[in-house]
Amino acid sequence: MSQNIQLSGPEMARYARHIAIPEFGLEGQKKLKAGKVLVIGSGGLGSPVLLYLAAAGVGTIGIVDFDTVDESNLQRQILFNVNDVGTSKAETAKERLLALNPHLNITVYKTRFTRENALDLIKDYDVVADGTDNFPTRYLVNDACVLAGKVNVYASIFQFEGQVSVFNYLNADGTRGPNYRDMFPEPPPPGLVPNCAEGGVLGVLPGIIGSMQASEVIKVLTGVGEPLAGRLFLFDAASFTTRILKVSKNPDTKITELINYEQFCGIEPASDKPVKEITVQELNELMIEGADFQLIDVREPHEYGIANLDGELIPLGTISSAAHRISKEKQVIVHCRSGVRSAKAIRELESLFGFENLYNLKGGILAWSKEIDAGVPQY
Amino acid sequence: MAKIIIPTPLRKFTGNAGVFETSGTTVREAIQQLTETHGGLSRHLLDDNHKIRSFIRVYLGENDINSLQKDETAVESDSVISIVPAIAGGI
Repeated sequence: MSQNIQLSGPEMARYARHIAIPEFGLEGQKKLKAGKVLVIGSGGLGSPVLLYLAAAGVGTIGIVDFDTVDESNLQRQILFNVNDVGTSKAETAKERLLALNPHLNITVYKTRFTRENALDLIKDYDVVADGTDNFPTRYLVNDACVLAGKVNVYASIFQFEGQVSVFNYLNADGTRGPNYRDMFPEPPPPGLVPNCAEGGVLGVLPGIIGSMQASEVIKVLTGVGEPLAGRLFLFDAASFTTRILKVSKNPDTKITELINYEQFCGIEPASDKPVKEITVQELNELMIEGADFQLIDVREPHEYGIANLDGELIPLGTISSAAHRISKEKQVIVHCRSGVRSAKAIRELESLFGFENLYNLKGGILAWSKEIDAGVPQY
Repeated sequence: MAKIIIPTPLRKFTGNAGVFETSGTTVREAIQQLTETHGGLSRHLLDDNHKIRSFIRVYLGENDINSLQKDETAVESDSVISIVPAIAGGI
């Protein structure tokens, strides 16, 4: 395919340092120009991946992201700046990348990556770079890549720790390397491994791990070097330790169709077990009236330090053991950052202890900041 | 003493310790010592039959114990055991 690719004079000048590498050369650069990469998520990992792939001259790049830029993204999502807050991540990323390298075709998909659109989105690309942030989407990306025969360059991060691997790699003999399900046949139970919003992440970590992910994409496209297939790279920034572990194919892994990934990951749709809700306006009125109620905050202590509504702090993981501190008589309002964890806490307390007086603060402290008191920081 | 490296998501059950030293001579014994010392870890690492849960991989050096002798894989005094759970963060 790269035989028909020509580089213009400006492109030759731009990529001179690549072309100078003996095993990379003009041929490698042409392969990059012919390459088509779909980057799913343009956040912490997606930012360095997209910047380096664009700078390196990957000819066709797709960006899947439904989200908009938030103030709390800027600590690590280096594609964006303060003027971008509120704009579409995918659109803004495209603008930034074309300013960096105008010799590219960039397509944006302002949508969630779902079971319905996954195969259609990836069909025109050679390689997928997974920069998503939750288990259902991780399994969906993996399964779609396996079914469509695409290489999945995977990376994930949590606090100080990162993982990188190349899944479903096409070997010289035509067989495929191990995929994510060979490594992790089943997801952890909900709540054990929080996402970055709940558990936090060192801002520079996605920069380190995402750069490695970009490097693996470039190796896969050009055939230069040995891709991280059949191996899982682990990095702990806190102790500065690295490990490379072997990943083998698991004969029990069978992927025949896309499934319901929320169900697979044990995440019940919110509609299954509705909890009673209260809006931030209603809570504000109760506070102004001086009503007798208990306010419980189920976030982590560091989050409480960033912003709080003066509630009693009982992190979600300890809610059952602290149930005796929660009133069964008066109205109890439970909140977290956005309302997801507090709903989990309420379901747990209702099912284990029979509470009937618990109300979830709709939209959490974020909604409070947006609609009642802008002085409460958003994060 | 052999070492067990505790991944970040499970450090909340080990008082934030990232390394656990063990005198266990098999992976099973090593994990048992770990879960006896840090009781909160037990239900996350082991199922009701005391087998390692399927969302967690255990490595001795660079090798998955499933490709060795599983729980009965021998542990030497300089062995490094890695507990590797899936993590999903990316944005």
